Amino acid sequence: MKKLKYVYKIAGLAIAVLLGYMLLQALMEIPFGTNRMFVAERFIFEEPYEVGAANTVTAIVVNYRGFDTLGEVTVLFIAATGVALLLHRERGIRLAPTETTLVVKTGARVLLPAVLLVGLYIFVHGHLTPGGGFPGGVIVASALILMYFAYEEYVAPRSMLHLLEGIAGLVFVIVGILGIIVYGRFLQNVFPLGDFGRLFSAGFIPIVYVAIGTKVGSELAGIIHDMIRRGGESE
Amino acid sequence: MSDLGTLYYINVVAMVVIGLYIVLTKRNVLKILIGLDILGTGVNLLIVVIGYIEGGTAPIYTAGISPAKFVDPLPQALVLTAIVIDAAVLAMAISIAVRLYREFGTLDVRKMRLLKW
Repeated sequence: MKKLKYVYKIAGLAIAVLLGYMLLQALMEIPFGTNRMFVAERFIFEEPYEVGAANTVTAIVVNYRGFDTLGEVTVLFIAATGVALLLHRERGIRLAPTETTLVVKTGARVLLPAVLLVGLYIFVHGHLTPGGGFPGGVIVASALILMYFAYEEYVAPRSMLHLLEGIAGLVFVIVGILGIIVYGRFLQNVFPLGDFGRLFSAGFIPIVYVAIGTKVGSELAGIIHDMIRRGGESE
Repeated sequence: MSDLGTLYYINVVAMVVIGLYIVLTKRNVLKILIGLDILGTGVNLLIVVIGYIEGGTAPIYTAGISPAKFVDPLPQALVLTAIVIDAAVLAMAISIAVRLYREFGTLDVRKMRLLKW
């Protein structure tokens, strides 16, 4: 039996190394660091006049590929629902309750507003600085993990999170439908582009990114809640 | 090719190989999921590395930096999507692992004998 275990390990290693060698051979054919942009060149140079976002990646994610991002948010929503469905069983029993000291509790209380503020800043400034709705939302959700670590009796407002999630998703779709109403195309920008590089610029990007940040934050918070509490009182 | 490029490519391959090895040989479901995550991160790194341009800067309009020096923003946008999907899939997979543990009382994939084919 023990011998068989080693056979499996060696076979697995051989397959992995063989595939890795083939991948490396293929990669060596691709010259590193050379310019091979086709469509991206157009995005970079036309984007300030078409989208008006200082962050080109955000312009692509939210504006040019906005429909794809809507699908991505939907995938996240389905995953959150799936987690809730799979782990929904007992009501309000917390897994792995933790004893924490005064240091952790006070630290969590001091850090909580700062963490929320950083997350908020990152998704509000998504069209100007690195970051955006997705990382910002994750940082906001991490504030909730902090609360769960520090306080044994803490319960996240699950129905409130559901409401926020729904409203944020609705805002994204409404912005898209406004494009249909005005120009006949889904997710066409109907808001003024504003001054390039200012907070209120880039058309619908700040609105959509705030919606995405709220949605990602509340969804991940919901996932954490479901994993720790299994159910919860508010449902 | 520069040495930096070789280093990045070797890093990508190492991550893919480590991830694949874990997925193929480990028995614990949670370890397999960790392996999948390493594999996915390696692929994401590969896509970003291919978009790099020698001496390029972040594709964000800043005073004093010409947009002609930007690196390719398209792979970065694609990877942003992939990372979020990765996180969602991982959360889903971990909750399935929790359910498996509840059903079988073990996380060892070889001891889950209820499924027969």
